[in-house]
Amino acid sequence: MFDDFFIRALAAGLGLAFVTGPLGCFVIWRRLSFFAGTLAHSALLGVTLAFTFDINISFSVLFISSAIALILLRLQKTTKLPGDALLGLLAHSSLAIGLVVIGFLSYIRFDIMGLLFGDILAVNKKDLLVIWIGGAIILLILKIIWKPLFASTVNYELAEAEGMQPEKVNIIFTILMAAIIAISIKMVGILLITGMLIIPAAMARNLANNPQQMVALSIIGGILAVLVGLFSSMQFNSASGPSIITAALLLFILSFLKINKLRQLKK
Amino acid sequence: MKENNNTLVKLENTGVQVDKKWLVKGVSFEVQRGKIVTLIGPNGSGKTTTAKLALGIHKNIEGKVYKFTNKIGYVPQKISIDWTLPLRVSDFMLLTENLTTNEIDTALDLTGVKHLKNNDLRNLSGGEFQRVLIARAIAKKPDLLVLDEPVQGVDFKGEIALYELIKKISEKLGCGILLISHDLHVVMSATDYVVCLNGHVCCSGTPQAVANDSKYKELFGDRASTILSIYEHDHDHTHSTDGTIETKK
Repeated sequence: MFDDFFIRALAAGLGLAFVTGPLGCFVIWRRLSFFAGTLAHSALLGVTLAFTFDINISFSVLFISSAIALILLRLQKTTKLPGDALLGLLAHSSLAIGLVVIGFLSYIRFDIMGLLFGDILAVNKKDLLVIWIGGAIILLILKIIWKPLFASTVNYELAEAEGMQPEKVNIIFTILMAAIIAISIKMVGILLITGMLIIPAAMARNLANNPQQMVALSIIGGILAVLVGLFSSMQFNSASGPSIITAALLLFILSFLKINKLRQLKK
Repeated sequence: MKENNNTLVKLENTGVQVDKKWLVKGVSFEVQRGKIVTLIGPNGSGKTTTAKLALGIHKNIEGKVYKFTNKIGYVPQKISIDWTLPLRVSDFMLLTENLTTNEIDTALDLTGVKHLKNNDLRNLSGGEFQRVLIARAIAKKPDLLVLDEPVQGVDFKGEIALYELIKKISEKLGCGILLISHDLHVVMSATDYVVCLNGHVCCSGTPQAVANDSKYKELFGDRASTILSIYEHDHDHTHSTDGTIETKK
């Protein structure tokens, strides 16, 4: 069944949508879209390290992205710079270091476009296992920390006061973000993973009136984006990763139309 | 250290500084089961900071805070809900505790906002939101309630009702309450122990003792200490709007 590359791409994309749906909601709620971008940028450094030391790409990306995220949490406490400046600092310096390292790896043929935009059609069976098992673990952990994480998203001090340990769950959530980037980089690339996190969740925000509903709609939006994107990329021979994101954008625009219609109905 | 079994939280000479400036320093008091402790003081005197010290929100503090319970209900002074969060009142009630529908309804009913259960949290008025905050804090039946100006923005009639409710809850649940209030009338009439702050503990004790303390008079003015006497005497008369006494017929 998974011998066909298109089936593998579908399975990978759907697996990704299940995980980016709920994580994306938290990215929106906690205003972390730039943070997700920073982690994705730092992933390039992780990939180059993987090539340098000949280790598994997902592991080295997970390691580097987690490290960058933890450095960020530390810097936020010890410096007086605003969060977005720190994110810019980390995003671009890790991207630059990654590119410098690539320069030294001239003995390896390096497909930088593939890294930036991914290639979901080149996913193999092993990648599928990483996505589905890794994704299941991320979702399981997210389920376990859901209550304290959500409470600290609504109000940090309230969560702290009532024993929800927001600092601990913040760190766990940050590592989950690094993990989703690590397992998806090969499919959608470092430039598009942020889109996969944000756009379906943003669409869901337009339609939902409670958190559970928003998570469900965000997952559905992601699944639809993958289906529409992949089938249209086959139909029109367009690049598959960008097609998925474009499909997600179309869904987002449709969700706006729905809102306006509801408003008119209310009048 | 000798411990009373009823002690819920105890502060010993605690303080916290930010950027080398002391927010509050040398604060000691304890909250016991079934008792209401009130923090009073002018703006910037460290009331909210002291409450946060008791809750363990501030890190790197001086002195010691002993917490003997984790069942805490907190009504913060300021809370803003991000517009990105789709959150109904009923979702908010479940924020830190798993409650049954019945428990949610009862708590919302007590504070008079049951009809708002399915409303979006961001569409509530200031007073309605405050009532929801109180309902959320009491719904989990906490051992310790920390209320930071809980009735701000609530209409006059509701204010009295909510203070009565708070007192009733402390008696019914036997929980301890740490209250911050600017309403000296309430403080002096409904409190067991008063801590008067001004960056440090100015004076503390029973309402009676604090009202007669010269430092209290210095901080709040002479008129403040007469508040107690109004509330202590028997109500054999009423006051007209300009304060003159009208004898009851």
